[in-house]
Amino acid sequence: MDYTGDPAGPPVYLDAASAAPLHPVTREALLAALADGWADPSRLYAAGRRAQQLQEAATAVVAEILSVRTDEVSFWPSGTAAAQAAVLGGLAGRQRAGRTLVHSAIEHSAVLHAARSTEAAEVGVNRLGRLDLDAWDRAVSAPGVALASLISASHEAGTVQPVEEAAAACATAGVPLFVDAAQSVGRLRVPKGWSLLSASARKWGGPPGVGVLVVRKGVRWLSPQPQDDLYRPRAQGALDLPAVVAAAASLRAVVAEAEAERVRLTELTNRIRNRVAETVPDVEIVGDPVDRLPHLTTFSCLYVDGEALLHALDRHGFAVSSGSSCTSSTLRPSHVLEAMGVLSHGNVRVSLHRGTTSAEVDRFLAVLPGLVEDIRKEAGF
Amino acid sequence: MIKLAKAMPGVAVGEIVRVLADDPAAANDIPAWCRMKGQEFVAGHGHQFDVRRVV
Repeated sequence: MDYTGDPAGPPVYLDAASAAPLHPVTREALLAALADGWADPSRLYAAGRRAQQLQEAATAVVAEILSVRTDEVSFWPSGTAAAQAAVLGGLAGRQRAGRTLVHSAIEHSAVLHAARSTEAAEVGVNRLGRLDLDAWDRAVSAPGVALASLISASHEAGTVQPVEEAAAACATAGVPLFVDAAQSVGRLRVPKGWSLLSASARKWGGPPGVGVLVVRKGVRWLSPQPQDDLYRPRAQGALDLPAVVAAAASLRAVVAEAEAERVRLTELTNRIRNRVAETVPDVEIVGDPVDRLPHLTTFSCLYVDGEALLHALDRHGFAVSSGSSCTSSTLRPSHVLEAMGVLSHGNVRVSLHRGTTSAEVDRFLAVLPGLVEDIRKEAGF
Repeated sequence: MIKLAKAMPGVAVGEIVRVLADDPAAANDIPAWCRMKGQEFVAGHGHQFDVRRVV
């Protein structure tokens, strides 16, 4: 092992699915909004009115991009907070209909944690990570279902879910559908037919600490926390308005670039999928090869410790993520990889962003096979 | 997993290898290994997994 403490090249950040580097517009908008948007937007003096104008403008931008009304949009302290508010508030609003939350087996752990507060019915996915629509149809049609939850695409597998088909089944059953769209907002067209949706600004290059929740008109939602007197979904306490302004401005910029980036990043992730399969023996490439997020790809290597591979890549300057058990806080393998029945050890997730270059991807692909080989040799294989 | 892979050549086709593994990923990864290597996953109970060599 050639550990020198210095990366063998300039750092290459390939973990946009955790947090994308700030879009340049985020930085500009944040600085401008810090100067102008610090006051309480509900106050009636000039500084408050300026803040309110900023908040309304930011809300209008997000509403337009998501094709919803401005009074359906609320901002939360994180994507996790927004997703949990969607689940808990959606369940509370439908208490009279039942207690069951139908959810896919590959929801974000924040949704699975919220699901523990009630009765849950889990619907599986196939080997490629796509929802079993027949099982979903049966589950949402069962009596006592309050809410259904489907991630638009998992950050661990990348496979795009059949949200509109799932939404049609929910509509037939009269069950509201929550879509956690954290990985796809700003990258792919927002699907139709859902009742609640959440997103996270740092996934699209916005600032950390901004979640978006949309609750469509006519959807019953009751705050899971003590609520103020506005009777509208909103987070407790004051909003980080400068961050919200930066989130909205960056979302507009990202959406304008989205189609070109989709094409460019799909080409790069295809290159990763093909080259890793060719150059690394005993590897499983995870997720749908075509119908998937453009910027993200995952693979698992037999006879490799995921944590060792992450550290080896880090020493060479590459920041990636893993769904292997040894890299998780729970020391359990990723529930997403388990639900798909794909190999969970030696797992690497590579997720690209607007700053990722073709040369960086090529350097990663040049370095990876030797690192995998070294780790296998050290483990005695 | 490495031990399982190394044991395979010493086992006749049709014979079963019993794997004892307390790794929480084993219940997922041993069947995945069988699929990738074309071997048959027979059964798993607790920390015990049976794999039949078929190729």
